[in-house]
Amino acid sequence: MILIIHAHPYPQRSRASRAMLAAVRDLPGLEVHSLYDLYPDFDIDVVAEQAALMRADLVVWLHPIYWYSVPAMLKHWFDVVLLRGWAYGEGGDALRGKHCLWVATTGGQESSFAETGAHQLPFEEFEAPIRQTAKFCGMVWEPSLTLHGAHVVSEDEIVAASIAFCDRLTVWSPRP
Amino acid sequence: MLNDALIYLAAAVICVPLAWHFKLGAVLGYLIAGILIGPWGLNFVSDVESIMHFSEFGVVLMLFVIGLELEPKRLIEMHKSVFGGGALQLGLTGAALALGAVAVGLDWTAAVVVGLALALSSTAIAIATMKERNLLTTPTGQSSFAVLLFQDIAAIPLLAIIPLLGVAVVTASGAGFQAPGWMAVAKALGAFAAVIIIGLYLTRPLLRLVARTNLREVFTAFALLLVIGIAQIMSLVGLSMGLGAFIAGVLLASSEYRHALETDIEPFKGLLLGLFFISVGMAIDFGLLVSQPGTVAILVVGFLTLKLATLWLTARIIGVSSRQRGLFAILLSQGGEFGFVVFGASRTAGVLTDEWAALLNMTVALSMTTTPLLLLAHDWWSARIECAGKGKEDADEIDGLDEKETRVIIAGFGRFGQIVGRLLFANGINAVVLDHDPDQIELLRTFGYKVFYGDASRLDLLHAAGAAQATLIVNAIDNVEGSLLLTDIVRKNFPGLKMIARARNVMHYVELRSRGVDLIERETFEAALKAGRHTLEVLGIDRFRARDMANIFRRHNVRNLEARIQVFKDEASRASAVKAGRDELAALFARDREQFESEHSSDDWH
Repeated sequence: MILIIHAHPYPQRSRASRAMLAAVRDLPGLEVHSLYDLYPDFDIDVVAEQAALMRADLVVWLHPIYWYSVPAMLKHWFDVVLLRGWAYGEGGDALRGKHCLWVATTGGQESSFAETGAHQLPFEEFEAPIRQTAKFCGMVWEPSLTLHGAHVVSEDEIVAASIAFCDRLTVWSPRP
Repeated sequence: MLNDALIYLAAAVICVPLAWHFKLGAVLGYLIAGILIGPWGLNFVSDVESIMHFSEFGVVLMLFVIGLELEPKRLIEMHKSVFGGGALQLGLTGAALALGAVAVGLDWTAAVVVGLALALSSTAIAIATMKERNLLTTPTGQSSFAVLLFQDIAAIPLLAIIPLLGVAVVTASGAGFQAPGWMAVAKALGAFAAVIIIGLYLTRPLLRLVARTNLREVFTAFALLLVIGIAQIMSLVGLSMGLGAFIAGVLLASSEYRHALETDIEPFKGLLLGLFFISVGMAIDFGLLVSQPGTVAILVVGFLTLKLATLWLTARIIGVSSRQRGLFAILLSQGGEFGFVVFGASRTAGVLTDEWAALLNMTVALSMTTTPLLLLAHDWWSARIECAGKGKEDADEIDGLDEKETRVIIAGFGRFGQIVGRLLFANGINAVVLDHDPDQIELLRTFGYKVFYGDASRLDLLHAAGAAQATLIVNAIDNVEGSLLLTDIVRKNFPGLKMIARARNVMHYVELRSRGVDLIERETFEAALKAGRHTLEVLGIDRFRARDMANIFRRHNVRNLEARIQVFKDEASRASAVKAGRDELAALFARDREQFESEHSSDDWH
């Protein structure tokens, strides 16, 4: 089963994330948890989230990049769901061997993620903490997908990114 | 006539406050006044019967007012306890008393009539007492009321059947015109239909017409006319006047004139009811007490014993809580007004001899005076038990005190206080709970909550609950006056005790704030805001966005309320303040929308 953890506070205002999600929504064996919609008061149901993770073979984190990181809700999800003794630490092997795919959209141009650009660091530097989070839980890190300049790219580029995302997930879908 | 009025009023004005002062209750006060001025006292008044007849109208008015306070929906919900509990009580008590009557020498027919008649309780005394003690809304009060209602209904066929019995027993009696059964039924149905038509369709338009004249006394006159008219219709066909008035009251309970009718009828009701009790006091034939003291004593004691026992049993079967069963039994233990009427009719029909009728009247009248006395004994007894229980409770509280330093008092354990309390208890936080509904307390105690009976705004009770050592008190009392009274007492006597208060509405909020309470929750505000959020969500707004909007609303609303506390206290400027607040809110949302659009416009966002 594929579990998409989707974190966007205002999905109706999103262009890229929404298109990406729409492209995969009908795949068989897929579960989508839109955190801002499920838990608008940050009242994450830890038991339900952990149960869904247990069922998943592939975990997808799909979100826009806010301030070089995940939106507050996804960070909170990390904090309350990935617990010691469950996701890491002694006896914490619930996620071991599962695969993790990170799908991020950014506002800035790809070129701005460079030593000479506005953000002064290559984008990989910002991937590191997310990747380490997954790895620390024993998950297998899949090559990530990033769509830069999400609010300036053309419709075609969004479609292309959506197709790429869909292709990556199809591999994990149960064959009919 | 003015002379009589002078005597009655003076007797009432002197005796009732005195009785009140000695905690005997107003009913006993009136009874004593009656005994004092009656033929066996100072003999100021001799025509007792006509006074009694006249003052019975107080009972009718009382039933009308009770009907006004009962909405038809509630009444339908009550039908089970009326017909279940009521029939059970009448059956049990009636059977026991009928057997008793046989034992003291009455023949079977008379015994059954007497048993059933004595099984009826005094609506006037029971309800006046419950009102005085604020019991009517408690489950015990409701059960008692249901039984009384059934008795009122049952009295009708009982009265109807007596003349028939008389014919059977005294075969020679040629007297008495008896309408055929179906005729009586048709008449009764017609009367009921008339009352319902008057109550449902005629009264409101007429009241509207009368109210338009803006003459207060005409409105009052109409209210009285209405009740007297209905009473007359009912008595014309031989039905209970009280029952008719009650039905009319229920039918008007949901009308807009409910409170106006109630306030206008109230003083008449109070005075006439007082007069009724006075006349009962006067009717006690002390001559009989002198000539046959033994018989009277046996009758009264035997009657009360049997009735109390069967009532207690009824209470047990219909599920009155064990602490309240005694109270239930005592409230309904006396003989009723209908008793006098039934004995009178039985004597006329030849079912009872004159002597027996007089003895039974005496028994009923005396039993009416015993109710307040029995209640006093009951209070004394339950206070003792409560004290004994309290000592134990205090002891295990002190044990708890060592372990847990945080100490919380919750005043009022209804819908609001319970949620607070359960949250605390579930997290192992010790709280002392005060509430004034004994049934509620009993229920909670069975669930293991430490709940104390009593009015939380009593200083001694607060001391007993440990207010001096407690950290905070949750003021969850559901009525505004009680809540503010508690606040004042806490401010004055326990300045160090922090208070978290429940506000019924904005005015209550303002009152609490002006008393220095800084943690106040309006009881409906958060829930309504949540409902507003859901509304926005269903309309298609992102859930997190709906939360933003509610948060902005809350912040503005609270800030606005705080800024205008002075204004809110002043009625005149409130409306303009509300208007200004509304404009401000609109501007605030416009600004927020602008900000949101600029940050999250759909073609500028990913």
